Amino acid sequence: MPAQYCTFRLDGHLFGIPVETVQEVLQQQPMASVPLAPPEVAGLLNLRGQIVVTLDLRIRLGLPVRPDGQQTVGVVVCTHEGTVNLVVDQIGDVLEPADDRFEPVPQTVPASVRSVVDRVCTLESELLLVLDTDRAVTTTVGAGAS
Amino acid sequence: MEDMDEIVQEFLVESHENLDQLDRDLVDLEQDPTSHPLLSSIFRTIHTIKGTSGFLAFSQLESITHVGENLLSRLRDGALVLTPDMTSALLAMVDAVRAVLRQIEETGAEGDDDHTDLLAVLTALQDGTLVTRDRAAEPVEDRLLGEVLVTQGAASEDEVLLALSAQDVGDDRRIGEILVSVGDTTPEAVAAALDSQHEGRRSAADSTIRVDVGLLDTLMNLVGELVLTRNQIVQRAATRQDPDLLRTSHRLNVIAGELQEGVMRTRMQPIDTVWSKLPRVVRDLAVQLGKQVHVRMEGRDTELDRTILESVKDPLTHLVRNCVDHGIETPDVRAAAGKPVEGTLTLRAFHEGGQVNIEICDDGAGIDPARLRERAITRGLLTAEKAARLSDREALNLVFTPGFSTAETVTNVSGRGVGMDVVKTNIEKISGLVDVQSVVGQGTTIRIKIPLTLAIIPALIVSAQGRRYAIPQVNLLELLRLDAASDGPQVETIQGTPVYRLRGRLLPLVDLREQLGLPAREPCSATHIAVLQADDRQFGLVVDDISDTEEIVVKPLGSLLRHLDVYAGATIMGDGEVALILDTTALAEHAGVLAEDAAQRSTTDESDQAKRADHAAEDADRAQLLLMSLSDGRRLGLNLDMVDRLEDLQRSAIEQVGGYEVVQYRDGLLPLVRLDRVYSADGADRFADVGSPDDRLQVVVCSHRDVLVGLVVSEILDIVDDELAVRSALGSGGRYGSVVVDGHVTEILDVGHAVGDLDLAMSGPVSALTSLAVPTAAEV
Repeated sequence: MPAQYCTFRLDGHLFGIPVETVQEVLQQQPMASVPLAPPEVAGLLNLRGQIVVTLDLRIRLGLPVRPDGQQTVGVVVCTHEGTVNLVVDQIGDVLEPADDRFEPVPQTVPASVRSVVDRVCTLESELLLVLDTDRAVTTTVGAGAS
Repeated sequence: MEDMDEIVQEFLVESHENLDQLDRDLVDLEQDPTSHPLLSSIFRTIHTIKGTSGFLAFSQLESITHVGENLLSRLRDGALVLTPDMTSALLAMVDAVRAVLRQIEETGAEGDDDHTDLLAVLTALQDGTLVTRDRAAEPVEDRLLGEVLVTQGAASEDEVLLALSAQDVGDDRRIGEILVSVGDTTPEAVAAALDSQHEGRRSAADSTIRVDVGLLDTLMNLVGELVLTRNQIVQRAATRQDPDLLRTSHRLNVIAGELQEGVMRTRMQPIDTVWSKLPRVVRDLAVQLGKQVHVRMEGRDTELDRTILESVKDPLTHLVRNCVDHGIETPDVRAAAGKPVEGTLTLRAFHEGGQVNIEICDDGAGIDPARLRERAITRGLLTAEKAARLSDREALNLVFTPGFSTAETVTNVSGRGVGMDVVKTNIEKISGLVDVQSVVGQGTTIRIKIPLTLAIIPALIVSAQGRRYAIPQVNLLELLRLDAASDGPQVETIQGTPVYRLRGRLLPLVDLREQLGLPAREPCSATHIAVLQADDRQFGLVVDDISDTEEIVVKPLGSLLRHLDVYAGATIMGDGEVALILDTTALAEHAGVLAEDAAQRSTTDESDQAKRADHAAEDADRAQLLLMSLSDGRRLGLNLDMVDRLEDLQRSAIEQVGGYEVVQYRDGLLPLVRLDRVYSADGADRFADVGSPDDRLQVVVCSHRDVLVGLVVSEILDIVDDELAVRSALGSGGRYGSVVVDGHVTEILDVGHAVGDLDLAMSGPVSALTSLAVPTAAEV
């Protein structure tokens, strides 16, 4: 059975993560900022009593900063770093592309994105970038650990 | 029971549970003899017991279960169909296993019960060769009762054997009945034996139940939420004029508190569960290395969270091994150093606020920071320049650097340079801290601080730039509010080092906004300062506002933000907002308040004063200096460590005693030394005292050999961090040399020399003066 991907958009690009890593999708939530934290850390979220680190994927992936006032959506994922909330522009459908549509990441994709994208999937109209959530939440954050 | 090996204990509890399950399963199986799942389950249980008993070398248990397992495997494979005989035999086997387990529990050994009959029956059933009597299995249980009677002295072995043979030849009665009927024992004794048979079987299993840790976690989380909700309710209730609501909220308060404590305790285990294995580790290692080590433990019943206990097990073992290997010397070396031949390793555990402290101390050779610096340079871990700039405290902590080992020789125990860094990593994984302190020749203390990640702690809520932060109450000493309008003492910002004179003592100030990289505060009418304790230092944390004290639930920040050590965690406030918990020690470290060796600070023992002065001398080139000036404009620097207080005295307060100047000070007399006179270049008249009685005198109170002495200077200038100052050996006798601070030559003061004259006086004819009145440093 082909894998299912939860899709979302960041700066126009379509990203997907395996649906089984997604815990839930949230409306924009109030958040506590964390001074001194890396820039991609958007803050801490109170998710029913659990404190969840929130990362802004745009900043993490080096994409242009979101215009002020634009609504966002939180995708709560389970990673080996624990539960992390990823801020994205828009949430999309759950897709189930055929296995033979996947390809390695093309060189044209910016390096900052390429480092966390597993492979791409050629859909009818556009590319679906499959995000490796484990890598997305580790590579820069915590690298400066003392 | 106490000294029974823990594994065996676990095995017993587990097996008792399994056996109860087996009883039920076997009975169920009788209803449904071909049920494959049931047979598989029974088989697995027996197999587990067999495996474990083989591992623990309980051969009897192993042989019983082995035979049972054979029979069960044939049943499971369908080669045999269960008959009531088989069920009885299997049940008898379960009982036999129980009996052996009880033996183990009581005596620690299997005992020498004979189970050959049972084994024969089981084997025969398996071969299909047995035509059994109804109660083929029962003698096993009966004989066990006989055993009990014999061990209790209620019947002799011979009598029991006789009764058993009577059974064998067809006596249908139970063994107890037979024995009573022939008068070998009394009904009471049999009843007692039956009771003890029953009790022994249950004692380990009945006093405890097993609960899934996940369930406890969920409970803990719920209690955390309850505490937060309670906080909200209590807050609201307080603002309403509703006595009933108030009463109810009080009750809720109390109950939630108790519930919280109870649930926390379910997850707690004494540290002894880990420690109990260490004496053996130490002994073996000591024997191997030809050392003598005595292990002392303090606070064995200190409880900590089970999961934390698990994670400190390995680091602790490693540290203890290290102590024995590197720390404690061989007997001949110890004897030569005048120490007892037997080294002492002290393990200490205690609670301190929301944290558990574990200390591992040895009275061994200690660690020489100079050697560590050297080693770090030869290993290429640090440049010579960097190494030289490390304080002793920082140098000692080099042992936690990966690839670092100070062992002269690599033994098979330690010294390969792996280990200490792993220890540190593991401790930090559970948000703990590890620190090493050492005095060469006297020993080493490794201190581990582990937070109770699930703990609910009281905390002070402060704010900075509209965000709330929690400071654990345990770190809080007092709160200050400085009104700009009032004419009280204010924050003095002397050349970038803000300080506040708190009751004459210098309190370094740290701005929370600055530390968190937030924009600077607008000037406002009041300054809020929380006076905090970090390790052995005090400092004032300047915040925007101080609100209330609240019970907060400490939640881990998650590994993504763990590297931000200024946060000890996060919590959820009553309104659902997330607040970060500040780590005062890390804050102080970042602000540079802790630069100096804390070990030296903590030596408040009076006898250590002199040592402290020596240390100050050695480290004078790195210390914080209090800058003072003399009337002729010369500048003097004094290590801030030596300074107790700064006082501003009226000249008229000075009195003369025996040719020396003193002031009444804190219920005693404070001898004054006028540095102008001691160090005046032209040897000016010692007793010239020009100026009016209303003049103010700037007095630096410092402790010298347990006694407070006031140094009179003409002006107190500044406090500087002397690290970058240029040193020169130039200097007259009493000073440690000169440094250049801000373009001025500054002589470093040696208090001992400065008050040398006074020393003479103290030991001379006027000694009555000092012995009667001078306040000692210890009182301050």
